[in-house]
Amino acid sequence: MIPVDGYTTALTTQVASSNPPDLAWVLERDAPDFVSSGALADLTPTFKATNGYDLGELTPTAKKLWQKDGDLYAYPFSTSPFGLFYNKDLLARAGVTEDPSQLLAAGQWTWQHAEQMAAQVAARVSGKSGLVLRDWEYKTWTVLGTLWGGFGANGWSADGKTCEFASPQMVAAMTFLHNAIFTDKALPGPGTTADFFAGDSGLTVTQISRASLLKSKPFAWGVVPLPAGPAGDAQVFGQAGIGVLAKGKHAQQAADFLAFFSDKANSAKLAQYFPPARTSLINAADLAKVNPLFTPGQLQQVVVDGIRTGTVLAPHTNSAKLQTLVQSALDPLWKADANVSSVLAGVCRAIDPVLGQ
Amino acid sequence: MRRNDALIGWLFIAPQVLGFAAFVLWPLISVFWNSFYRTNLLSGISTFAGVGNYQQLVTDPVSPTVARVTFFFCIGLVVLNLGLAMLLAVLLNQRLRGAAVFRTVFFSPVVVSLVAWTIVWNFLLQDNGGINSLLHVVGVDGPNWLRGDTTALVSVIVVQVIKNVGLNMVLFLAALRGVPRPLLEAAEIDGAGPWRRFRSIVFPMISPTTLLAAIVTVSGSLQVFAQIQILTGGGPADSTNVLVYYFYQQAFQNHDFGYGSALAVVLFLIILALTLAQWRLRRRWVFHES
Repeated sequence: MIPVDGYTTALTTQVASSNPPDLAWVLERDAPDFVSSGALADLTPTFKATNGYDLGELTPTAKKLWQKDGDLYAYPFSTSPFGLFYNKDLLARAGVTEDPSQLLAAGQWTWQHAEQMAAQVAARVSGKSGLVLRDWEYKTWTVLGTLWGGFGANGWSADGKTCEFASPQMVAAMTFLHNAIFTDKALPGPGTTADFFAGDSGLTVTQISRASLLKSKPFAWGVVPLPAGPAGDAQVFGQAGIGVLAKGKHAQQAADFLAFFSDKANSAKLAQYFPPARTSLINAADLAKVNPLFTPGQLQQVVVDGIRTGTVLAPHTNSAKLQTLVQSALDPLWKADANVSSVLAGVCRAIDPVLGQ
Repeated sequence: MRRNDALIGWLFIAPQVLGFAAFVLWPLISVFWNSFYRTNLLSGISTFAGVGNYQQLVTDPVSPTVARVTFFFCIGLVVLNLGLAMLLAVLLNQRLRGAAVFRTVFFSPVVVSLVAWTIVWNFLLQDNGGINSLLHVVGVDGPNWLRGDTTALVSVIVVQVIKNVGLNMVLFLAALRGVPRPLLEAAEIDGAGPWRRFRSIVFPMISPTTLLAAIVTVSGSLQVFAQIQILTGGGPADSTNVLVYYFYQQAFQNHDFGYGSALAVVLFLIILALTLAQWRLRRRWVFHES
């Protein structure tokens, strides 16, 4: 087994040494790199030639990242929206009167409310944390896209050429986050670990596919879409594609297998593990059959609407370089006395040369 | 008969020679070769870049930080390691009760797995970890060790020193045992105090060992990788990003093999130069070499 941290490195090394696997899982942040480099084989001819495959029913938002000149280079295998899970027991112990689903129903589900709720848990329930942005750990900053989307902010422009880390929207989003961490203590500080699924925190933002960690019902929980920010509602999803390596020894057989694996019948079976990309399967009733952990209402709000309206998390052709450069340039922000705008201006100085390439 | 002997000799060393050629020599040559190319690993396209990757070293805004961090890391580690090792060796060389126990205690981290050792320290150094809990008991509010620019570098150095100081301590201890007693007794009769005896007799007599320990520690300090990877990942804000970690980052995280190779060549040249310099300078300060 390869840990997710080193997965892309291991895959890239295999490709470089001309010994690639036949099929490979590709993460969304690496999609532009893999698709544009020619490392993946074009799947369109095989899918079109497969009886009853119905390539047309894959949703455009799910396909977007894996296409080049209208052809599909990887099957959007899992399209997993981010949602906000909450621990009902901990919220009750903190004296929270209106929980996130009630606020959502009342049209008041905002980051402001989520942050106040988290601060309340951290302050009133001893030894517990408020809100955890899962997998962020003050390193994997792409996860912050779940927050700044609601503020109308983006890391870079749509064409990937201009840095937008210093934009007023981003400054507002990061100021909000900084206050939440260092003033209101709503999020555990740098170097403090807290796992929502072990009952350590009141709320967490993570992908819906992580719900499998709640199978043993460790506590009463709920899940809602990401809160709205000042710029309105912005849902985000993470994606993984499965592609056929062009240099693989059995490229055609691999493509045939992928066509079988992702046809209508098999996609329906796989939907219990990975939210599907086929229009006919993205409805709460069908998803509820294979996802007993969720209520149809939750599936509708988080999965169906999330996939329909959401955007994918921060892809770029130079994602590997940007990952390390932004992480390092954002580090000074995670101190109580940081100057948010000047740190964000520093992020742009660090990544401008790479964006311009 | 002679030819047979030669053949058998070659057969004996063949496994080592083949291993060296395959896993040291060939990669070394490849790194030199790659450092003159720009390679897109995914598309498999390599273009000749001349000295482009080396020029990038000059224009890269991160390289001054990496150079500074590497320098301070190396100096801090070498001074602390050699100083502490020598101090421990001198103390344990006294005929004290329980010296053997202390010797074992200080040496034991050397045989512990590096990764296991570092992971345990990673837990201890967290903001809500063991060290700050201990400090809290005595009323001190400890810093967030691995997240502060200075404390992160100091933490990595100290974790590495405690891990390896035992090895140099044993080397020094063996050297101290080799200092002839009559020399020390004669000095004592002449009225030399303990410090004077150490400075004028012991230190020069153990200088060959000091040279060896210095060479091994300096080149070792430039190759510290796992500790950085586990404890800080080069952060915060590159404050622990030493050259060997930076080249890993460029080659294996950013997939920039050309630039990563150029950095590896520079690291190789630095270690080579430092080792040669120490070797050449030995005549000035190493005493008693046949």
